[in-house]
Amino acid sequence: MSTVERHDSPFRRMKAAAVEDYIAPSPWTMLRRRVFGNAGLVVGGTIFALIVLMALAAPLIAPHDPYAQSLANRLVPPIWHADGTWIHPLGTDGLGRDYLSRLIYGSRISLIIGLATALVSGFIGATLGICAGYFGGRVDMVISYIITTRLAMPVVLVALAVVAIVGTSLQLIILVLGLLLWDQFAVVTRSATMQVRAQEFVTAAEALGCSRLRLLCSEILPNVMNPLIVVMTLEMANAILLEAALSFLGLGVQPPLPSWGLMVAEAKPHMFFMAWIIMLPGAALFALVLSIYLVGDGIRDVTAPENRN
Amino acid sequence: MLLYTLRRLLLAVLVAFTVSIISFGLLRLSGDLAAAIAGPEATEAQIEAIRVDFGLDQPLVMQYVDWLLGALRFDFGNSFYFRDSVVSLVADRLPVTLTLGALAIMFALIVSIPLGVLAAVKQNTWIDRSALTIAVSGQAMPSFWFALILILVFAVNLRWLPVSGSGTWAHFILPAVALGYYATPAIMRLTRTGMLDVLASDYIRTARAKGVRPGKVLFKHALRNAVIPVVALAVVQFGFILSGSIVIETIFSLQGLGLLMWESIGRRDFPVVQAVLLLIAMMYVALAFIADLLNAWLDPRIRVA
Amino acid sequence: MAESLLDVQGLKVDIPLATGTLHAVRGIDFAVDKGETLCIVGESGCGKSLTSLALMNLLPRTAKRSADRLQFDGIDLLTYSEHGYSRLRGSRMAMIFQEPMTSLNPAYTIGDQLTEALLTHQPGSRRKARDRAIYLLERVGITGAANRLSQYPHQLSGGLRQRVMIAMSLMCGPDLIIADEPTTALDVTIQAQILHLLAELQRELGMALILITHDLGIVARIAHRVAVMYAGQVVETGTTEEVFNAPQHPYTLGLMDCIPVPGKTERGARLGSIPGVVPSLIGDLSGCAFRGRCPFATSQCDDAPRLRDISRDRACRCHFRPEERRVTAELVPGP
Repeated sequence: MSTVERHDSPFRRMKAAAVEDYIAPSPWTMLRRRVFGNAGLVVGGTIFALIVLMALAAPLIAPHDPYAQSLANRLVPPIWHADGTWIHPLGTDGLGRDYLSRLIYGSRISLIIGLATALVSGFIGATLGICAGYFGGRVDMVISYIITTRLAMPVVLVALAVVAIVGTSLQLIILVLGLLLWDQFAVVTRSATMQVRAQEFVTAAEALGCSRLRLLCSEILPNVMNPLIVVMTLEMANAILLEAALSFLGLGVQPPLPSWGLMVAEAKPHMFFMAWIIMLPGAALFALVLSIYLVGDGIRDVTAPENRN
Repeated sequence: MLLYTLRRLLLAVLVAFTVSIISFGLLRLSGDLAAAIAGPEATEAQIEAIRVDFGLDQPLVMQYVDWLLGALRFDFGNSFYFRDSVVSLVADRLPVTLTLGALAIMFALIVSIPLGVLAAVKQNTWIDRSALTIAVSGQAMPSFWFALILILVFAVNLRWLPVSGSGTWAHFILPAVALGYYATPAIMRLTRTGMLDVLASDYIRTARAKGVRPGKVLFKHALRNAVIPVVALAVVQFGFILSGSIVIETIFSLQGLGLLMWESIGRRDFPVVQAVLLLIAMMYVALAFIADLLNAWLDPRIRVA
Repeated sequence: MAESLLDVQGLKVDIPLATGTLHAVRGIDFAVDKGETLCIVGESGCGKSLTSLALMNLLPRTAKRSADRLQFDGIDLLTYSEHGYSRLRGSRMAMIFQEPMTSLNPAYTIGDQLTEALLTHQPGSRRKARDRAIYLLERVGITGAANRLSQYPHQLSGGLRQRVMIAMSLMCGPDLIIADEPTTALDVTIQAQILHLLAELQRELGMALILITHDLGIVARIAHRVAVMYAGQVVETGTTEEVFNAPQHPYTLGLMDCIPVPGKTERGARLGSIPGVVPSLIGDLSGCAFRGRCPFATSQCDDAPRLRDISRDRACRCHFRPEERRVTAELVPGP
């Protein structure tokens, strides 16, 4: 038989055991570990940083003027071919322009298009999404309808048609793509705002009499920042690919600007004899877009590991 | 289910209407259409004549109503270039684009669903990782570049397939692969996540507890549930493929809608541009509607509500 | 001597995690005879559910199972392949899960899923399978059974779904049913019904039943024998009567203290609770796993106790007999 009377059990009078002190690593250490533990983020980030550096330092590192034609030096093959020369390490194009210099300068166009489009569309999408998520009800209904409608517009075709009428310029392409690519921003901010809104601190801030605008900016925006950055990388990549496609079709960036998409189009007539001439600008595009995707995936994994894949 | 269908249909009609206004408005408002038609060397008087000729001097609303009434009767006016009705031009080219789109989506499904299932079953192994790598690089590959590489490899070096044209079935193989590859990553990823979710679910454990064989668990119990959102995505991707076909058709000189639109833009043949734009947008809307219905029909929780 | 239906010795389940290996089940022994009801009791996280999944070889992919002995009716389960297991599962050993809401496949009808259980093991006429499904649905107390067959799981309530799960487990007339907290997800009123049903079916059909639960009230009513688990180990086993009347392990004692006894617990009296938390099961444990929460702990408890046989069928994992124990914990002034 038990020695302890059931109704005067020592369990009932025992002092709560002291919880052993558990020293957690600081949030920064944790973040650093996760960032550097993510191979995709490290590789993608490195490639992307290199391309950005290349774009910034273009005048310093480009061996030639990217616009200077030299009909005597047309279609010089790159250095790894038997008759390549160090004067033009990556050869020259059909007009005798130095390919390496054009590739270096081309990174500027892709990056500007990507960043500017993402900013324009991010602004439009985030504004709509926050409004829909915060106000709900009828506002949400209208904005959701706008999103549905936008999704029913074929982006490539609309962009082509508009550019065909208005004419082509870098600014215009940015504007058109920006006006077309905001849907993901809106969808993501809308649902994130709804989640944040349901949390208590927003109610608390409202109860304290914060103005709505201030509330939107100070409480909600920082909380939807992470998913927004991820969408931003996706849309940047998207915009870069679309610009390349438009330029390839001859309705984007106009010659003589060294857009990578345009370079592929200009190289197309020569590709049957020299494959490198389309491989180089295409590979540059591929590397840039891939690095942006890897960074985006990496950021998502690091900031919200539970939403992985 | 009937109520659901009706609600979706109403939404689709509303969206279609809005899209028609926008695609009409875009072409009219984004510049002086008359000047664009006349070309850069036209005089002021010539432009004015064109403006009156095409009814561009009318108020915008009137122009739209006219155009819409015509569109509802499948009358999109005449092509400037071919002096033929736009409808007959489009009808000529549509089968090529639809064939290309169907082949492309078939290719995408045949590649991506087995790959997605395999990646999920072998989660975190090298198979899974390579499947994901293929998916990311697929998304990063410019479609026109990929198409040119395919031409170089299979048409020029190996000489297995024709470089361009639309005469025979063989002409469709490379374009369909180039176009379908574009839809592969999204479908593969969704299949993979869907399978991972489903494989971790309680009812899969129940099926195994019943003694159902592993293969049957995978294909009867898991895939049936994981594939529901994939079907809807595939339908939507078919819409993207249709508009993406402009790039691919141009490269392979396939006589489809995309090539027609590209050539028409070059010829400033705006009635054709407008009609193709509207047609593709309407297909988008219709496909989204079909995707919704399929989704509901495949999921008993919505179908038998 | 008749062999037990299920004989488990030294069963372990390890789950590798980023921070170390989680030893969720650390070597447990028990046996179930034909037609016997064994209840496995313990608080959440003590490894009860993983134990039951390990028996069925349904553990999550990352979990590793090992054992010194794992025999079902003379069959060595340790050497069984997944394929061999699938022949056993459903036909001779069946399982009922915690979550009836998610345990049925939403894409197929109740009838499909019930008949599949039988047809998988005894290929034959669908008609016969259908008849058996209807018979069992009626037997588990579902009215209009024939119509239910064409319904989908989402059309049924949680209680009905759990009844369907029970009927499904009975389709092939198994020798052993493992029920992993079959009622925790259900309303209180339905809980009792489902448990009575299970106990009744067990008696009538002469199956063995392993019921995993943390509800001691249930155990007292339907179990023949009890195994108490703590931190991945069995700390006490015995017949229901013995364990309830004379708990040997301090942990069992603490558990008993947590349930009110009609007629004995005074109105308004505080119910007990066991202070402290279960030790982390990641990495190796040294000493008795319960010593941090045990009011009788001494320096001797730094050595891990063995599961000591007290009598046939009765064992306890503690260095001391009840009469040898002395309260060593600091106590707050009594009530």
